Amino acid sequence: MSLKKWNELTPGAIVLEAGSSRKFKTGSWRAQRPVWKEENCIQCLFCWMYCPDMSIKMDGEKRADFDYEYCKGCGICALECPGKKGQKAIVMEEEGK
Amino acid sequence: MAKVAVTGNSAVANALRQVNPDVCAAYPITPATDLMQQFSSYVSDGKVDTELVLVESEHSAMSACIGAAAGGGRVSTATSSQGLALMWEMLHIASGMSLPIIMPVVNRALSAPLNIHGDHSDAMYSRDTGWIQLWSENAQEAYDNTIMAYRIAEHKDIRLPIMVNMDGFIISHSIETMEYLEDDKVKNFVGKFERVNPLLDLENPKSFGPLILTDYYHEYKRLQHEIMGRVKGVVNSVTDEYAKLSGRQYGLFDSYRLEDAEVGIVVLGSAAGTTKDVIDEYRDKGIKAGLLRPRLFRPFPFGEVADALKHLKAVAVLDRADSFGSYGPVFMEISSALYQAGGQPKMINKIYGLGGRDYMPSQAAEVIEELNDIAQGGAIKLVKDYLGVRG
Repeated sequence: MSLKKWNELTPGAIVLEAGSSRKFKTGSWRAQRPVWKEENCIQCLFCWMYCPDMSIKMDGEKRADFDYEYCKGCGICALECPGKKGQKAIVMEEEGK
Repeated sequence: MAKVAVTGNSAVANALRQVNPDVCAAYPITPATDLMQQFSSYVSDGKVDTELVLVESEHSAMSACIGAAAGGGRVSTATSSQGLALMWEMLHIASGMSLPIIMPVVNRALSAPLNIHGDHSDAMYSRDTGWIQLWSENAQEAYDNTIMAYRIAEHKDIRLPIMVNMDGFIISHSIETMEYLEDDKVKNFVGKFERVNPLLDLENPKSFGPLILTDYYHEYKRLQHEIMGRVKGVVNSVTDEYAKLSGRQYGLFDSYRLEDAEVGIVVLGSAAGTTKDVIDEYRDKGIKAGLLRPRLFRPFPFGEVADALKHLKAVAVLDRADSFGSYGPVFMEISSALYQAGGQPKMINKIYGLGGRDYMPSQAAEVIEELNDIAQGGAIKLVKDYLGVRG
């Protein structure tokens, strides 16, 4: 993608294109990676509700895997996950290990 | 046009009434309190349709103005001194987001020590915030500048916030005889507010204030510089159009007996009036003195100012604000302008009138005497010195 010149920009740095945040893939910020353990998941969707981004993908009415292109690894989903019988359905692992 | 005897604050409050902005968010601070208090009476009495937002601080006042302006409204506020200081981070956001907010600033000293009186420290500290700055010599000009400010700031090629400066108490609280334009003339002159990229246009969603990092920030700042470069031309055309309406012709700066002068004083605001009187006295004695009073300070019209001053033998720049460890802010501009123009004048800088200390005709006389001595070949003793200070 070629970068625009200064005289091609909108004054005030106003973004006129709706939904353009999709182009800004923030997954590279991640230091910790949430991992979904489907066997411990009760489909409560707390992770989907709590995610400050939109990084919990849905498959119909059910939770699917993480969207790692946007997940910043904040860990809120892992903290809130009630899991099953004391076993979390989301655990954080160090990125790149 | 009716002649009235009013204070600067009353005059500017009346200008705001005549413009009838969509939103004002303000917080009281001496000496600007009285201005917004009078405007709030217009709101209470139903003389304007303005949504007046009474906020909990000046930081909030500017934040609310930014929100309202981004939303698509014509927006004004007013402040002074510590209030302007508290707005500081939001001032950059208003200009960076290209929001034409109109803000009279009733200039006052900054703490500490605490002082409520007039000097230019508040506006000078904000000169690099990306706001346009107009400066006024008296209540008439403060009123005229406020009306013109809407046309300048809201011009389609500019869309930037603007400060209209006037000296605290000397202009804001002193009664002067001046003229108001009729309400319909002001209304027609400022025209209908044209929205540019309003946030509340729900059919065309957009984002304000995005994160812009190393790949684009530099380009956006270069663009801001470009837009500032257009201001001078717009100020000239709006000023000339206003002159036809009002009979009062202003310029980028006010030039007084400068064309054939040998020595000159550069000074902002109300001190120019006193200085002009003293210049007349010295002209009668055969000393060719003149004056330049900047009106547009940001962007600074370097070329025009240098052309008006470069024939002089000696120039004194009077600053009602200081930059500790450097020269006064106006001196720095004039020095830069003259150096780039290859100007020859010897230059001195006098800091005067801090914290509302009276600027007396005897101080102007002292400066003209010193300039005359330098023009005759005398040595400059101190480039930067203080006028009217004990010790």
